[in-house]
Amino acid sequence: MQEKIALTGNEAMALAMKQINPDVVAAYPITPATEIVQIFSDYVSNGLVKTEFVTVESEHSAMSATLGASASGVRAMTATSSQGLAFMWEVLYIAASYQLPIVMPVVNRALSGPINIHGDHSDTMGARDSGWLQIYSENTQEAYDNLIQAVRIAEHPDVLLPTMVMMDGFIISHAMENLEILSDQDVQKFVGEFKHHRPALLDLDNPITVGPLALYDYYMEFKRQQAEAMRTCKPVILQVAQEYAELTGRKYGLYEGYKLDDADLAIVVLSSTAGTAKVVVDELREQGVKAGLLKLRVFRPFPYEELAQALSGRKAIAVLDRADGFSAFGGALFNEIRSAMYDVKDRPLIVDYIFGLGGRDVNLDHIRKVYADLAEIAKTGQAAQLVSYLGVRE
Amino acid sequence: MSNLLTWKEVPKGAFLEKPGNAADYETGDWRSIKPVWIAENCIQCFRCWVYCPDAAIMTKDKKMIGIDYKHCKGCGICANECPAKPKALEMINESDSGDN
Ligand code: SF4
Ligand code: SF4
Repeated sequence: MQEKIALTGNEAMALAMKQINPDVVAAYPITPATEIVQIFSDYVSNGLVKTEFVTVESEHSAMSATLGASASGVRAMTATSSQGLAFMWEVLYIAASYQLPIVMPVVNRALSGPINIHGDHSDTMGARDSGWLQIYSENTQEAYDNLIQAVRIAEHPDVLLPTMVMMDGFIISHAMENLEILSDQDVQKFVGEFKHHRPALLDLDNPITVGPLALYDYYMEFKRQQAEAMRTCKPVILQVAQEYAELTGRKYGLYEGYKLDDADLAIVVLSSTAGTAKVVVDELREQGVKAGLLKLRVFRPFPYEELAQALSGRKAIAVLDRADGFSAFGGALFNEIRSAMYDVKDRPLIVDYIFGLGGRDVNLDHIRKVYADLAEIAKTGQAAQLVSYLGVRE
Repeated sequence: MSNLLTWKEVPKGAFLEKPGNAADYETGDWRSIKPVWIAENCIQCFRCWVYCPDAAIMTKDKKMIGIDYKHCKGCGICANECPAKPKALEMINESDSGDN
């Protein structure tokens, strides 16, 4: 049984956390993610969850306490954004290397400086190689659905990796949308009891060591094993999506193709901007232009084979990066998509647009311009500029 | 390196089910000089055992019986502290030791 209600992105994430009912949540507030744990703390005070709620003095401590709880053998969560995620940095890597199935909503917000509270992807793009799974959501519905699925993915014995679930700051976190929600019981049944897949820290009869020293003779083996866990989790993500579709009727994959199959011109983008781009795709299709869209849902692990397959046969591709890489060669998404396309026969021209930094609006006209550029690139077979900026004052 | 575990064998996330296993972790190969025990000079005072910052002085039946070279770091403290005359511990260069 599903119910249709209107919630903001933060309310939907908090509700999903309540329905997941984790054993421990350790959190520190930060705009625009504050509401998630603020609302969740109401659930705790009102006795609606069994969660031990730990108020800490910083995000570094929030992630450390969550890590400790997870290592002790319980389901542990936190939530953050921007500078908060940056402050967790050190512990993010440790959580991933211990292969702890922590699940964390992250509300995407620009990193300082200058100080900015609005949405872009520089926070989580910076953490892209910390060893966490990264799942990006277009809207409130997806944020809710992705968070519930993330628990099953992270805790699967073949995965056991921490997972962050993203939505765009303010655009989604503070905007009210209709969504369908599951009952508490259905979510509980879907996520299941937390299972120990290995010894836990607080098993006094079977003491273990967590966080040992491993130097040149062992460090590399542990890292190789960690990399393998990331490589093998794609089937689990798809299996969980399949079960979730059976429960809700809502289908998820590693990416979503929108009118992509026969498209000549394609945009690749994450999160809420996909919604804007879909409107332009529909508009162009009416005019007879074969425009399409690929919205990447799972950025880590990066599904390079699936993306190469979905994007091969296009004539021109524009990758939209909501974070600059400062590499002088475009954003992270562009670099990885281009790399994935290298082995494709007759690979299309691929250009990058850095956009929406610090919450800069991206509207229909911006997307129209990108498709117009792509049409020109497809026609002439060359791109005037490989990396450009969308919506900046020149 | 043959007795070391492969990446498929190491415990997931480095959760070690056998705690306190530092004794199995051989760290003696950092050493450039090493103590040599001269048994006939030893007065069994146990000063070396007290001062060794590792746990590299081996004992049996309340007797000092030699150096655990798999863990001795070659700091030289034991030889410095040894009160026996002549000393029962002498530091030599690893390159002169002819073994290890
Ligand atoms: S050289 Fe240092 S580490 Fe080695 S046995 Fe002597 S005191 Fe211990
Ligand atoms: S300090 Fe010297 S004399 Fe004393 S037990 Fe050690 S080796 Fe023997």
